[in-house]
Amino acid sequence: MSRSPHDPICGRGAWGADYDAMNVVVCVKQIPDPAVPGALDPSTKTLKREGKLILDESDSYGVEMALQLVDAAGGGEVSLVSMAPNNEVSGLRTALAMGAAKAVLVSDPSLQGSDSLSTAKVLAKAIERLGTPDLVLTATESTDGYTGTVPEQIAELLGLPSVTFAKHVEVAGETVKVQRQTEAGYDEVECPMPAVVSVTAGVVEPRYPSFKGIMAAKNKPVEEVTVADLGLDASSVGWPGARQDITDIVAAEARQAGEVIEDDGEGHLKIIAFLEGLKVI
Amino acid sequence: MTLSTVWVYAESAEGKPTSLTLELLTKARELGGTVEAVYAGEDAAGIAAALGEHGASKVYAMRDLNDALPGAAVAAAMATQIESSAPDLIMFGMTYEARDVMGRLSVKVDKPVLTNSIDVSVDGSTVKCTTAIFGGNTLVTTAVSGGAPALAAFRPKSFVAEAGGGADGEVVEVAVPDVGATGAARVTARHVEESTGPKLDEANIVVSGGRGLGEAGNYHLIEDLAKLLKGAPGASRAIVDAGWVPYSYQVGQTGKVVKPTVYLAAGISGATQHMVGMKGSKNIIAINKDKEAPIFSISDLGIVGDVHKVLPKLIEALQARG
Repeated sequence: MSRSPHDPICGRGAWGADYDAMNVVVCVKQIPDPAVPGALDPSTKTLKREGKLILDESDSYGVEMALQLVDAAGGGEVSLVSMAPNNEVSGLRTALAMGAAKAVLVSDPSLQGSDSLSTAKVLAKAIERLGTPDLVLTATESTDGYTGTVPEQIAELLGLPSVTFAKHVEVAGETVKVQRQTEAGYDEVECPMPAVVSVTAGVVEPRYPSFKGIMAAKNKPVEEVTVADLGLDASSVGWPGARQDITDIVAAEARQAGEVIEDDGEGHLKIIAFLEGLKVI
Repeated sequence: MTLSTVWVYAESAEGKPTSLTLELLTKARELGGTVEAVYAGEDAAGIAAALGEHGASKVYAMRDLNDALPGAAVAAAMATQIESSAPDLIMFGMTYEARDVMGRLSVKVDKPVLTNSIDVSVDGSTVKCTTAIFGGNTLVTTAVSGGAPALAAFRPKSFVAEAGGGADGEVVEVAVPDVGATGAARVTARHVEESTGPKLDEANIVVSGGRGLGEAGNYHLIEDLAKLLKGAPGASRAIVDAGWVPYSYQVGQTGKVVKPTVYLAAGISGATQHMVGMKGSKNIIAINKDKEAPIFSISDLGIVGDVHKVLPKLIEALQARG
C-alpha cells in the first residue's frame, strides 16, 4: 500500500514509552569543508561535493546534546542518520568517535539534487528503521544548504510534535523542556516525547573525540541502505522529487572595496571624517 | 503574466503587522490578481486595516491556538483552506514561526519549499525565486515545477513596503483542527530580552562587534559607541555562540538582516555567514587588525588596526563633540 504524506509513518503508540533509558537519534549531514570556498558544478548546478566531507559543525551540537541526555538518563544510546549521494562516512565516523553507538547511512546516486522535502522523507524513513527513539535531534539548518525546514518536515512525516530553535534542552519524565529562541528573546516550551527538537549552534560545547573514541568508531556499525531499501520510490527524491529547476546562475553585482588605511594612531579621525561626510554626526 | 491568487503568511509584533509582512504584501500585489493574508493570532481584526492597505483583500484568521507552537495546527488549517481558495503561491518570511508552518505545510500538500529567497517573478504560470549563495556573490534563480501552491520564504528587506490604498482586509475565520499529539508542544512562559535604543533591523547606524574584541567584557565598547551614534549594537555569530551577547544581537545568515546607512564592524573578519546579513548596508566601515580580512573587500572605509586602541579613541572623540 502506498502511503500518502498525510499519514504519520508511526503513531505515538508504536514508539513504546520506556523512559528509563533515553534513545536519541541525531540527524547529521556530511558537508564539504566550509573553510574551502564553495563552487557550483556547472553540469548539475548543485554544490560541488568532491573531496573529503566532514561532519557539519552545526550537527556536532546535536550529537553532544544527545550524548549528555543519554548520560543523564543513565541508559540508552545515540544513533545517527545521514544521507549522501555517495557512500561517504568520514563525517559519521567523527560523530561515532564522539560517542554515538551506530549509524544508518542512506547512500544512493538517485539522491543527487534532493531538496529539503525529499531529504526529510529519506531521513524520516531512516529514523523509522532504527526503531523507537525518544527524541530526534537535528540542527536548525545545515551550514551548506541552510533551508531550515527539514526538522519540521521530519516531524510532520513521523506524526510527532516538535520544538525548533532550542537553545537549552532538558528531559523531565516523559516531557522535553526547551528554551526556544524567538525574535524577541526566548520562550519556555514543554513537549511530550517522542518529539523532534532542532538545536541552535553554541548550546553545548561539543567534545573532541578522544584517541580511544576514534579507534572505537572504526568498529561501530554503519548500516548502508539505498532509497529502495527504505521503500521509497526513486522519483520522490533527487532532482525528480525536488520538482524545481535552476534556470539562471549569475554573479551578483560586486561591492567595491573602498579606502583601506593602516591605523597610525589617527585612524579614528578618518572614521569621524567619514561619518561627517555622510551627515550622520 | 500574473498569478490568480497569492497568499502572504502574515505575522505581527506589538499589535502591528511586521515590516516583513508588509514587504511581502507589496510584492504580492505585483504578482497576483488577488492577494490574501493568512494570520495565526487573536488580533486579526486589529491588523486587518494595515494588511488591507498593503493589498490583502481577505485575512484568513486562525485563533485559539492555546499557547501551542503554531506549526502543526496552523499548517493543518491552511491545508484545508488551500483546497477551496487554491492559491498559486504562498509567500512566507524567513522567521521562526513561518519556517515551522511552511515545513509542516510542505508535507501536508506534498510540495517543495524554496527558502532564503530574495526575489520572485512569474514567467507564464511558473513561479521563479532567486536566492543569493556564497555570501551573496552568486544569484541562483529556481523555477518551481511542483504545481500550485508554490511555497517560498523570503529574507527580510528583499522588497520595499509600500501602501497601495486598499480597503480593510475582510477577516475570514478558519477553524484550527485538533492535530493531537503532533501539535502538543506548548509555550509555558515567554521572555523578552530588553534592549534600549533603536531596533537592530531598523536602526540607521549599526555598530557590531566580533571575536576581535578579545573577551566578553570588551563588548561595552560596542554598546557605548552605538549609543553615542544613536545606533543599535550588533554581533557576529562567533560571539553569540560564545555566549557574550544574546542571539537577538546577531547579524547574519541565521540572525538579523540589516541595511543601515552606516554599518561599523569592529573585530569582525567577515565570514560569509555574517556578510550575508549586512552587505546591503549603504556604507560599511571596518576595523580589523588583519589586513587580509574579507570584510575589507566590501568596506567603504577600512582601518587596519587594533579595536582596543581605535574604539576608545573614537568614543572619546565623539564624546568631546558632545
